[in-house]
Amino acid sequence: MTNLINQNLISSLINDHDKVLDIGCGSGELLYFLEKTKNIQGQGIEISHLGVKESVSKGLSVIQGDADEDLINFPDHTFDIVILSDTLQATHKPKEVLEQMLRISKKCIICIPNFGYWKYRLQILFNGVMPVAKTLSEPWYSTPNIHLCTIKDFINLCKSMNISITEAYRNTKDNIKVIKNPNSYLNNLLSTEGIFILTKD
Amino acid sequence: MNSTNKFYKTFGPIELQLEGGQLLKDTSIAYNTWGKLNAKKSNAILVCHALTGDQFVTGKNPITNRKGWWENIVGPNKILDTNKYFIICTNVLGGCMGTTGPSSVNLDTSNPYGMEFPIFTIKDMVNLQLKLIESLNIDKLFSIIGGSMGGMQVLEWAASYPDRLYSAIPIATSYRHSAQNIAFHEVGRQAIMNDPNWHNGNYYNNKNKPRHGLSVARMIAHITYLSEGAFQKKFGRDMQSKVLSWGFDADFQVESYLRYQGTSFVDRFDANSYLYITRAMDYFDLTNSYKGNLSQAFKKTKCKFLIISFTSDWLFPSSESQYIVKALNQTAADVSYIEIESDKGHDSFLLEVNDFYDILKGFISGAAKKLNI
Repeated sequence: MTNLINQNLISSLINDHDKVLDIGCGSGELLYFLEKTKNIQGQGIEISHLGVKESVSKGLSVIQGDADEDLINFPDHTFDIVILSDTLQATHKPKEVLEQMLRISKKCIICIPNFGYWKYRLQILFNGVMPVAKTLSEPWYSTPNIHLCTIKDFINLCKSMNISITEAYRNTKDNIKVIKNPNSYLNNLLSTEGIFILTKD
Repeated sequence: MNSTNKFYKTFGPIELQLEGGQLLKDTSIAYNTWGKLNAKKSNAILVCHALTGDQFVTGKNPITNRKGWWENIVGPNKILDTNKYFIICTNVLGGCMGTTGPSSVNLDTSNPYGMEFPIFTIKDMVNLQLKLIESLNIDKLFSIIGGSMGGMQVLEWAASYPDRLYSAIPIATSYRHSAQNIAFHEVGRQAIMNDPNWHNGNYYNNKNKPRHGLSVARMIAHITYLSEGAFQKKFGRDMQSKVLSWGFDADFQVESYLRYQGTSFVDRFDANSYLYITRAMDYFDLTNSYKGNLSQAFKKTKCKFLIISFTSDWLFPSSESQYIVKALNQTAADVSYIEIESDKGHDSFLLEVNDFYDILKGFISGAAKKLNI
């Protein structure tokens, strides 16, 4: 689920009437918001039955499916924007998902929970347990988040895949800041989330 | 050409060119409508019935004296709200509730067609519906909805007449009949054709109709409409009486239930119609005209899709619906898909399943909002 701050940021990155795919759209809050404010042509993919049910009940177009399996069906450049918000860490093949996203859309918006956030580091360091937090709310044995990473990890992955990060933002407690220097140690330490705009070279 | 009798309306007679090449003269289509067509003619919904359904979708069915087959969904303030939408339901081509079929009189011979009736297809059914929709001066239907064979008609409409509908809701259906489905139909047809009263389809003037054959066909089909779990839950090994008959009477409640399903069916359905309509389903393969590529079938389709399948439906399993979703994604179509949890088998689309109703309601009201209906 996308929080309000991210919702406003994402909205500011989208043009009126864009064709938008939200992968892992949950109950469809973001798509619903964008349809209202930006008149987008929205499509969602959601793995949970409840999420699909709530989304379709809002009048949204959402298919029950998952990022790992279903992106492959869309033709090249189908969408203006593809959004993957708090979902990459739950995919089986994050790299392939990124590749597919950049194939079906020119522009991708990705929000990831940052495992490099200092509080998570401290949970491991002092408590000796896997971090549990608001954005990572499940304990290790039941979490759907199987591919967690840090902002630094994600930036490194994009580099290795020749993906350009055209804009990057970080979410601290209640506000969003532009990441100017992607390799900054402090960005990685002080952000709960990273938000990236990607294009393929 | 539109007329009304005590129970339903009729459009026709017209000539209908069939896919198989024949020209069917004097073809009429029986239908019912509920609600009012608005001034913009933008609120019409076509409901397509399944193999043994009819045009009596809601209200009392005058033939069976039972409730309409989608009474729960169609009516005032229901999901297909007759206060808001103009609902049309036809009896399919080849049916036996007023639309021209094998039991109709062939004007060339003045006798019922029987086996002289030409083989027809799902597309022929749709073409006849199209003629009716044109006669009602409706350019674009707000929605076309149907389950099972009704869903096949929905898919055919979306592929063949993409400009004629704003939204499509195919439920518990497939883009083609599977080998297993054809196999079950074949058993049903053999049961009918091996009934000594069938007389090669010429039984209309006889006292005895092929009741046994049709009844067995219905019993077999009925098993495919439920699920193992549904049977177990409903009957288990419950007995009719406390003692075994030590013979072949209906000892078990499930036997008695099936026998009842069979015998009650023959009073309302024509055996030859059953042969022809099952054949039309068997011949259905939407990819046929598109070199085996389903996404090509939907290339020109701009409508919104809602595709629904049910977890325990083994006759039209979810994988068939998911294949349709994939083909639609390949054309970047506007599509929603959900697999609804239900232990009631294929028949789930006719029964009260809350999640199914919620989804349907949300989709239809959402689509109506976009069109300002």
